[in-house]
Amino acid sequence: MTRTRWLKLAIFPACLVPLGLLVWKAATANLGANPIEAITHSTGDWTLRFLLVTLAITPLRKLTGQLWLIGLRRMIGLFAFFYGSLHFLTYIWLDQAFSVHSMAKDVYKRPFITLGFTAFVLLIPLAMTSTRKMIQRLGGPRWQWLHRLIYVSATVAIVHFTWALKKDHHRPIEYGIVLGVLLGYRVVVWAVPVVASKRRRAAAIANAAGD
Amino acid sequence: MLIKKPADVASSEITPKRAYLSRRTFMVGAAAAGASLLAGRRLLEMASPAEVAQAGTKLSTVKGPFGTDEKLTPYKDVTTYNNFYEFSTDKDGPSQLAKDFRTRPWQVKVEGLVQKPRTFDIDDILKLAPLEDRIYRHRCVEGWSMVIPWVGYPLSSLLKQVEPLGKAKYVEFTTILDPKQMPGQRMRVLDWPYLEGLRLDEAMHPLAILCVGLYGEALPNQDGAPVRIVLPWKYGFKSAKSIVKIRLVEKQPINTWNQAAPGEYGFYSNVNPDVDHPRWSQRTERRIDGSGFFASIKKIPTRPFNGYGDQVAQLYAGMDLRKYY
Repeated sequence: MTRTRWLKLAIFPACLVPLGLLVWKAATANLGANPIEAITHSTGDWTLRFLLVTLAITPLRKLTGQLWLIGLRRMIGLFAFFYGSLHFLTYIWLDQAFSVHSMAKDVYKRPFITLGFTAFVLLIPLAMTSTRKMIQRLGGPRWQWLHRLIYVSATVAIVHFTWALKKDHHRPIEYGIVLGVLLGYRVVVWAVPVVASKRRRAAAIANAAGD
Repeated sequence: MLIKKPADVASSEITPKRAYLSRRTFMVGAAAAGASLLAGRRLLEMASPAEVAQAGTKLSTVKGPFGTDEKLTPYKDVTTYNNFYEFSTDKDGPSQLAKDFRTRPWQVKVEGLVQKPRTFDIDDILKLAPLEDRIYRHRCVEGWSMVIPWVGYPLSSLLKQVEPLGKAKYVEFTTILDPKQMPGQRMRVLDWPYLEGLRLDEAMHPLAILCVGLYGEALPNQDGAPVRIVLPWKYGFKSAKSIVKIRLVEKQPINTWNQAAPGEYGFYSNVNPDVDHPRWSQRTERRIDGSGFFASIKKIPTRPFNGYGDQVAQLYAGMDLRKYY
């Protein structure tokens, strides 16, 4: 087995630890006075964390030259979707008790719910097209464009988190800073060659003009 | 005034001897045994026994009016699920961070538009009027609720002592400002000290109490020790904690949450299912009463004035409650 395989075998159960802890605490009545709120917060937090880890893989790979890291990205990304689904399920089942009427009103009337719902829906096509077959079917560049939806989803998810809170915004701000760095890196990587080539071209033109 | 039939039993009678409390004491003791912290506390105890014996001290109470036969929120939940931003914005933070909060010596200054301004020592406050058990519903603006057996007496008993002047129309409450003891005050989450306010007629209403305990014991620090107000028909944040100053004034005072987000938290903040928080509905609430995980999935409808409409609705007769939320 390759190194990535082994790593995945180790990381997979590690990614399930947050869920395991939740189940354990629920079973032993240790989720505090408001267990549903505790579950909502925990699954939401882990969704964001996995999204950010997913987004950190490409910069890490490029900066360290450790190419094998890319082999972990799909799994981590799918765990983001997994925890996002649990978060969504917590909302529709534990929080809203499957009341379609009250959920419809919620999504329509509450911007923070609308945003959370949007962030989750945006992840669905990504999860669906995460298989090797789908990548081949879509073709690399198109697949890559589609998967840039994760930038939108993560941004929307953080705004959703901010609007869900009463006042103390330090945690969404922390997430926001990490996301800013990860997206900022991409902008720089994209912009630097563009700027550099423009400069080169400008210099070439200037040289030609000078001749 | 119509006073509803009180519940038949004092909370000290209903409340079972809480085995968990002694367990907690034991666990805390075990965890700290040998630690220098314990040694320090011991010294403190020897030096000034009264100072460590505050929270949890048994209070002798009489049965008060306005009971409810709803299931009480377990003591553990009342004391570990707290919004007390002076300590932490996490609900399980205050129970940890308030452990060493000093509630003695403690004074409450009552001043402003009054005939006889006076500074009350906490021990005078405890003796000012008979301590009553008041089992109230407590509705948080966040959408959860509890049923809590508070101990206290009408706020009016205190206010009458200082003889408010005719000009006095409002009452302002100030929570202690002590960032050394209250780590939350070192962050600018809210503008400290915490301020709250009531119209004078609201403050004089028999439902409004000056509260010094719960479950028949002195207030735990995380619940606003040593003295707070409790206003069961308003969202929880109106019930200011750890009060050091009460001022009678002519104009509507500032209240901290209103100042922080005027569109979300009004001056009145009466519980009202018809006026949503801009970001969430206030139609229903999740009751925290120890009934277990699956029972808590079902939310219960929120009632106008938190079910105390018979008592307080006339205070707001003719007012547009959508405007004065």
